[in-house]
Amino acid sequence: MRNLSLAAGAAIVSLLLLAAAAGPYLTAADPLAIDLGQVLAAPSRAHPLGCDALGRDLLARTLWGARVSIGIAAAVVGVSLAAGTLIGGVAALAGGRIDELLMRAVDVLLAFPGILLAIALAAILGPGLLDLVIALAAMGWTGYARLVRGEILSLRERDYVQAARGLGASPVRLLLVHLLPGVAAPLAVQASFGAGGIIIAEAALSFLGLGIPPPQPTWGGMLDEGRAFLLVAPHLTTVPGLAIGLSVLGFNFLGDGLAQRFGRRT
Amino acid sequence: MMRFFLRRLAGLAPVALGVATLTFALIHLVPGDPVIAMLGENAAPVDIAAMRHQLGLDRPLPAQYVSYLGGLLRGDLGSSISFHEPVTALIAARFPATLELAAAGLTVAVLIAFPLGFIAGARPGSAADFGAMAFAILGISVPHLYLGPLLMIVFSLRLGWLPLTGRGGLAHLVLPALTMGTAMAGILARMLRQSLAGVRDADFMRAARAKGLGEFHALAAHGLRNALTPVVSLMGLQAGALLTGSIVTEIIFSWPGIGRLMIEAIAARDYPLAQGCVLVFALTYVVVNLLTDIAYSLIDPRVRLG
Repeated sequence: MRNLSLAAGAAIVSLLLLAAAAGPYLTAADPLAIDLGQVLAAPSRAHPLGCDALGRDLLARTLWGARVSIGIAAAVVGVSLAAGTLIGGVAALAGGRIDELLMRAVDVLLAFPGILLAIALAAILGPGLLDLVIALAAMGWTGYARLVRGEILSLRERDYVQAARGLGASPVRLLLVHLLPGVAAPLAVQASFGAGGIIIAEAALSFLGLGIPPPQPTWGGMLDEGRAFLLVAPHLTTVPGLAIGLSVLGFNFLGDGLAQRFGRRT
Repeated sequence: MMRFFLRRLAGLAPVALGVATLTFALIHLVPGDPVIAMLGENAAPVDIAAMRHQLGLDRPLPAQYVSYLGGLLRGDLGSSISFHEPVTALIAARFPATLELAAAGLTVAVLIAFPLGFIAGARPGSAADFGAMAFAILGISVPHLYLGPLLMIVFSLRLGWLPLTGRGGLAHLVLPALTMGTAMAGILARMLRQSLAGVRDADFMRAARAKGLGEFHALAAHGLRNALTPVVSLMGLQAGALLTGSIVTEIIFSWPGIGRLMIEAIAARDYPLAQGCVLVFALTYVVVNLLTDIAYSLIDPRVRLG
C-alpha cells in the first residue's frame, strides 16, 4: 500500500501551518472586536462561520486560535525534544551512577500522570504563554529522554559506531555525528504524535481556565465559552471542536505515516 | 506467583513515596507563592503571615515535609480552606463517582475496541479493515472537549433520550462514558488489529488451522489470547489519558468526582484540597499501573517470572 497516512498527514499539517501563518491575512475581521448586533449570529457573508456570544467573528478567532495551538505545540515539542535528547543522551553515554540517577528521576516523573503535572504547574505558575509552555514541556520531555537513551544504547553496539570509536572519535563527535542521526527517525515519529497530544492538552488546559486567559482566542477557551449555547448556537462548539480534531488527526496521520516510512511499529 | 505479587507490591512503596514527594515539591519548590496566589498581590503582610502560619508554611521545609508524610500515613491531608472540612473526607465522598465514571469509560472502550480490532485484524487489507481503522482514528482524534458537547446536543437536547448532566442511574452514565471511552477504544482497536495481524502466521495458528478450525475460530480461540498482552499493557499506559478524559468529562457533565473537585479547588485557590486531589489522582495512577502489570502476568504465562 502506498503511504496514504503520510500524504494525508503532511497535507493536513501543512494546511494548519498555513492557516496559523497566514491567518490574519485570510480575514479582515478582528478576533477581539465585540459587535453586540451580531451576538450568536449564524454564518453569513460578512461572518463565514458566524459570531460568538459577544458578536466576535468566529473565523477570525479560529484562525488566531490556530496560531496559539500550533505555536505552543511547536514550542513545547521543541523544548521537550531538546531536553529529552540532552538528558537521555547524557544518561546513555555516561552510564553507571549518572544513568541510574537520571533514569530514576524520569521513572518518578513518568509514574506521575503528565496532564496532572501540567495542570498543577499551570495552576501554580499562573496564566501566561511561557508558563504554559513550561507546564506542558514538563509532561512531555520524559518520553523523549527514554526513547533517546534506549536508541543510543542499542546504536552504540553497532559496527559503524564501534569503528568510529576505534578511530578515536570523541564522545561529543560520536553523539552528534554518529548517534543522533540514527535517533532522528524514531524521534520524528514520537514528536509528531507528541504534537497532537500537546494540542489536546493545551486545549484542555484552556478549557479548564488554566491556559491562555481570555479574551485571547484559543480553541479550548472557545469550546468552553460555547458550551452555554449548545442548543441555540451549536456552531460555537462545532468550529473549535473540528479545528482541534482535524489538527490531532493530521499529526496522528503524520506520525503513522512516518512510522511506516521508517519501518517502525508505533 | 505469590512472591511475584509481593515483590510488585513492595516495589509500590518507593514509587508512592516519589509521587508524594513530587506533589510536595510542586507546591513548595516551584516559584510562585501559594499564599499570595490565594490572598492576592495586594494582601496585607499581616494577613499573609497569618495565613502562612495557619498552613504551617512558616516552618522550615524539612519539617513541613516530615509532617506532610506523617499526615499522609495517618490519612490526614489537611483541611480545605473553602469547604472548612478535612480534605480526606471531601475526596472520599467524591472518589466513588470518579471510579464509576472511569470503569464505565473503560467498559465502553473495550466494548467498542474488541469487535472493531477483531474485524480489522481478521482480514487485514479488506474493506472491513479499512472501515474499522478509519473509525478508530476518527475516534482517537475527536477530543473529549468536543465529543462531550456533541453528544449532549444530539442525545440530550435534540433527541431527549438521555439526561444532560449530573450523576444518577445508568442513564446518566451513558454520555460521559462514551465521551471518555471513544478515544481509548480507537487506540485499543488499532493495537488489537496490529497484534492479531502479528500472530496470524505463528506456528500455533497453523496448527489450529491444520486441525480443521476455520479462520474465524482459530483466531477467536487461539489468536486472541496471544494478541491480548500488548493490548492489556496499552490499557495500563492509557490510564493517564483516561485521567485527562475524566477531568474534562467531569467538568462537561457536572459529574461530582475528584476531577471537578480539583479544578474547583484550583479556581478557589484552595491549595490543601488541590494538593490532596493531585496526590490521590497520582497514587491511583500508580496503583492502576501495578494492576496492569499483574493482569499482564495472568494473561500471558510467559511473563510469570518470580
